[in-house]
Amino acid sequence: MNFVVLQFPASNCDQDAVHAVRALGHAARGLWHKETALGDADAVIVPGGFSYGDYLRCGAIARFSPVMQAVKQFAENGGWVLGICNGFQVLTEAGLLPGALVRNRDLQFHCEHVFLKTVTHDSPFTNRIPTGKILRIPIAHGEGCYFADEATLTKLKMNNQILWQYCDAEGRVTDAANPNGSVWNIAGICNERRNVAGLMPHPERACEPILGSDDGKWIFESLIAALQNKTIAQAA
Amino acid sequence: MKAKIIVTPKKAVVDPQGKTVQRALEQMGYGGIRAVHVGKYLEIELDGADREAARCSLDDACRKFLSNPVIEDYQLEISD
Repeated sequence: MNFVVLQFPASNCDQDAVHAVRALGHAARGLWHKETALGDADAVIVPGGFSYGDYLRCGAIARFSPVMQAVKQFAENGGWVLGICNGFQVLTEAGLLPGALVRNRDLQFHCEHVFLKTVTHDSPFTNRIPTGKILRIPIAHGEGCYFADEATLTKLKMNNQILWQYCDAEGRVTDAANPNGSVWNIAGICNERRNVAGLMPHPERACEPILGSDDGKWIFESLIAALQNKTIAQAA
Repeated sequence: MKAKIIVTPKKAVVDPQGKTVQRALEQMGYGGIRAVHVGKYLEIELDGADREAARCSLDDACRKFLSNPVIEDYQLEISD
């Protein structure tokens, strides 16, 4: 599988994403934000970082980068896109995911491991996560508080679009386990069509045990499995 | 011509910055403060003299880029 990882000025987790995919045995390459074509791409990762210095709003400028037109088209054609941290912010700003990410409620930058409960396995991003497994994945953000209005939240729930929630080690979704004040402890969501997802935690930083956790690999494995099934289905 | 744009968080969005500033003001002895909302101010210097065209164009820019309508409101003022 060919993963394309976008690179904006001041993206800083692109290399980690490329490395994580390669460590899992698949091809990945960086793509500079000024490119207007994705080339050979099975999936796109919008990586973490501080694109454009987080100026104006996080992801507000990156969403207008030339490459984002190609990403929008790719998503419209059913291609799979995963936004991580700043990538999640870029996707909400671009309107590819609903809601918005605002400043953490305690105004602190949180750099720590959190626990994630997988709310649904019915998505290309969660289908391989073992049932009941609580993922231990690091976060590193100052503006990761997910916000959406009542109507949007109702839709997210009805359409099963909430993919991950912050929880404690036992899987309980509590306020104490919520590092940033996100509504409903939402850590990650997908769009209605289920081909675009975003999450604030960094699975690419949890793909090898030496980094403290390799739970992040389940998210990439899910995407890889879904892509492989898609390829088989198309060939049939 | 000059455009003055004020961007503020929507009431429904939690504004921890606003609350923190409020607490600090109260601690410094300023009383009678009901609420504080922290926003953004932008000044854009423009060529030309057509106020209506400028307003139309910047209104568009405010909605699409300078503010995020999911979480922010904006006020736009054009002056000479």
